[in-house]
Formats: sequence, C-alpha cells, structure tokens
Amino acid sequence: MTERSYEKFFRQNRLPHLWCPGCGNGIVMKAIVQAVEKKLGWTQDNTIIVSGIGCSSRASGYMDFDTLHTAHGRAIPFATGIKLANPKLNVIVITGDGDCTAIGGNHFIHGCRRNVDLTVILFNNNIYGMTGGQASPMTPLGKKATTAPYGSIDRPFDACKLAEAAGATYVARSTAFHVQHLTKMIEDGLDNRGFSFIEALVQCPTAYGRRNKIGEPAKMMAWMRDNAIMKSAWDKLTDDKKTGDKFPIGLFYRAETETYDEAYHHVIELAGGAK
Amino acid sequence: MKSEFTLKPERCKGCGICVAFCPRQVLALDTLGKVYVANHEKCIACGQCELRCPDYAIFMDKKVPKKVQRFDETTGLSITVEEVEK
Ligand SMILES: Cc1ncc(C[n+]2csc(CCOP(=O)(O)OP(=O)(O)O)c2C)c(N)n1
Ligand code: SF4
Ligand code: SF4
Ligand code: SF4
Ligand SMILES: [Mg+2]
Repeated sequence: MTERSYEKFFRQNRLPHLWCPGCGNGIVMKAIVQAVEKKLGWTQDNTIIVSGIGCSSRASGYMDFDTLHTAHGRAIPFATGIKLANPKLNVIVITGDGDCTAIGGNHFIHGCRRNVDLTVILFNNNIYGMTGGQASPMTPLGKKATTAPYGSIDRPFDACKLAEAAGATYVARSTAFHVQHLTKMIEDGLDNRGFSFIEALVQCPTAYGRRNKIGEPAKMMAWMRDNAIMKSAWDKLTDDKKTGDKFPIGLFYRAETETYDEAYHHVIELAGGAK
Repeated sequence: MKSEFTLKPERCKGCGICVAFCPRQVLALDTLGKVYVANHEKCIACGQCELRCPDYAIFMDKKVPKKVQRFDETTGLSITVEEVEK
C-alpha cells in the first residue's frame, strides 16, 4: 500500500492508542494532523500541541510534535505562555468539554477575550469520560451521568456561542462523522491569526453512550449524520424546525483584530525592547 | 477488484464503525472481533471505511489501471493498453 503521509505525525511506538473501541477521539486526532499537513511551513519542529487532562487530552501523547500534557483545565494558559515567549511557534490546544468549560472555563473565555493566536480544538463527548461519566457543563438536558442519575437539569453551554461572545475570532463546529468537513474547519482555524475555536463532536460509547442507551459507536455517529445541519441550511430554517436533536455545524464566526502577541510586542517595545 | 486493502489487526479494536458505514457490506468482524474483508468483489473503493476508522487499522487503496505494452497480432505493432490487476 501507499504509506499514509499523516502517519509520520504519530508516535508509532505509542499506537494503538488507549481509547476505547469506537471512541471518536482517534478520528479527530487524525483530522488535526491532516489539517496541519496541509499548512505550508508548519513542521513538527515549529508546531506545538498543548493539552489539558482527560481522555481527549491524551492525544498529545500520540502526536509527534513538541507536546505538553498539562494540568486539568490549564492548557490555554500554558499555550498562551508559549505563544508570548516565542510568537513564531504555531500553537494548537486539545481540550475536552470538562477541561475547557468546567475547570478551565475562565481560562477559555479570557483566552478568547485576549485573542491569543491559538487554535483550540474541543473534543466534545458531552461527559467527563476519563473519570467515569460525571456530567459536564456540556451534557445535554435530560441526559444521564453518574452525577445526574435522573438526567441532567443543568442547562448546557453552547461552547461556540460562548467563544464568539467572549471574543474569539474564528468559531466553527463539526463532528467525528463529518471527517472531511471537520478537517477543513480545523485547517481554516489554523489559517486564522487569533483565537480559533473548533468544537468537534465525538462519540464516547463507554461513559456516555452506554449510560444513555444510545447504542454502539456507529449508532452514535449515525446520530451525528442525521442531526447535524450545515450552517447555511440551518439559517434558512424557521425556529419551529430547529427542534429535537438538530444542531448546526460549519463556520459560525470570523473576525479580524489585533492578536495578543502583537499587542504584547508593543508593550515590549515601549518598555525598551527585549534584551 | 477495485480496491486493495491493508489491515493492521494489532490496531483494530473491533468497534464496527467501518462495517456499519460501508455502503456495500464488504467488511465484517471475525470471531476475535477483528475486521476482515468478507465480500471484496462488492467494494466500490469509496474509502469510507478508512475515513472513519478511529484506530487507523484499515487502509484502502484504489487499484489504478496499469499501462502495459502488448503486441497486437493483427497489425503487428506494439500498443499500450490499460489493465487492472486481478
Ligand atoms: C485539578 C483536577 N481536578 C480533577 C481532576 C480529575 N479529572 C480528570 S479528567 C476530568 C474530566 C475530563 O473530562 P473532559 O475534559 O470532558 O475530557 P474527556 O475525558 O471527556 O475527554 C477530571 C474531572 C484532575 N485530574 N485534576
Ligand atoms: S471513556 Fe469515552 S472518551 Fe474516554 S476513551 Fe473511552 S470512549 Fe473515549
Ligand atoms: S473501524 Fe477500524 S478499529 Fe473499528 S472495526 Fe473497523 S478497522 Fe477495526
Ligand atoms: S472502500 Fe467503501 S465499499 Fe469498499 S469496503 Fe470501504 S467502505 Fe466498503
Ligand atoms: Mg468530555
């Protein structure tokens, strides 16, 4: 067979990965390296992967770049530090719905607010996978978790709306089913200078699917296929049609404004320049 | 056959995603839960199996027709024809 060129971005001695059979994380990890591969000038030496803690955050350990597996919720602060210390580096953050919107929620909104030049990819499995299925701030209403045995009554965050409101300059969503679309959304996020946020829906058959009786991994992906609606079509729907499990995917927002490392560069100059 | 498969059984976790999304029921899981090609002749080389495998365990390459030189007996000339390997 023709060797797949993206395989060079994986630490071969670490595969197979430890994710459960049918877990969607592997699909998104491949989409990320395929998006990086398309970026001219992005190499394993100038691209940094930073992750927090969770099943999703384990991805950094399989990716053959300079990688940082940091503390729960803190990937964005670490990534901000890297970007300010060396703005020439391309910095990608991998995070989970718990990591990004629960314990790391403040870091997330302030990263957006500062428009730090990062690409943040949130692996949204609607649950705390790694710790066995506690509800996250992105667990849908009525869905079961170990901490919500009767179904969650906490209204979930829409992380894309949150990112846009907080000041991110690129906001998009896709799913593990829509692999080529997902890769394109990530690629465009990498192109954006500033805070880029991509929410990738992933199936967690073990901690979420089983408890909520959604069935095997392929059924969870079929649900994504059947309920995701491209943004352009979504915008034409009347509110009474945006019902049930239907949700939009695609590019939601794009803007241009000064990045944090540019702003910080001015400060360095005003203060007499870097020595 | 339109395709050629490379399977990496040490990576396959038997999740069934490739089996479920194959439009032609080409793939199946064996008794040990590993993927195998059950109906190769039905494969349309669409690549959906490889696209969504979360474990990078199945690779599908399209078979491209090879250009080969043939001696044409009626004209006595050497001609180029396309041939797909069986
Ligand atoms: C400071 C701290 N608090 C709590 C934990 C326990 N913990 C580990 S992963 C996790 C949640 C992970 O959920 P998510 O970010 O959605 O990632 P997933 O495993 O679902 O991919 C928690 C609470 C921890 N490691 N560190
Ligand atoms: S618990 Fe869920 S998120 Fe974690 S590896 Fe298993 S399927 Fe994936
Ligand atoms: S999708 Fe991949 S891991 Fe799952 S059964 Fe098919 S080859 Fe195996
Ligand atoms: S290439 Fe398409 S038809 Fe062939 S096995 Fe894969 S999914 Fe099925
Ligand atoms: Mg999660």
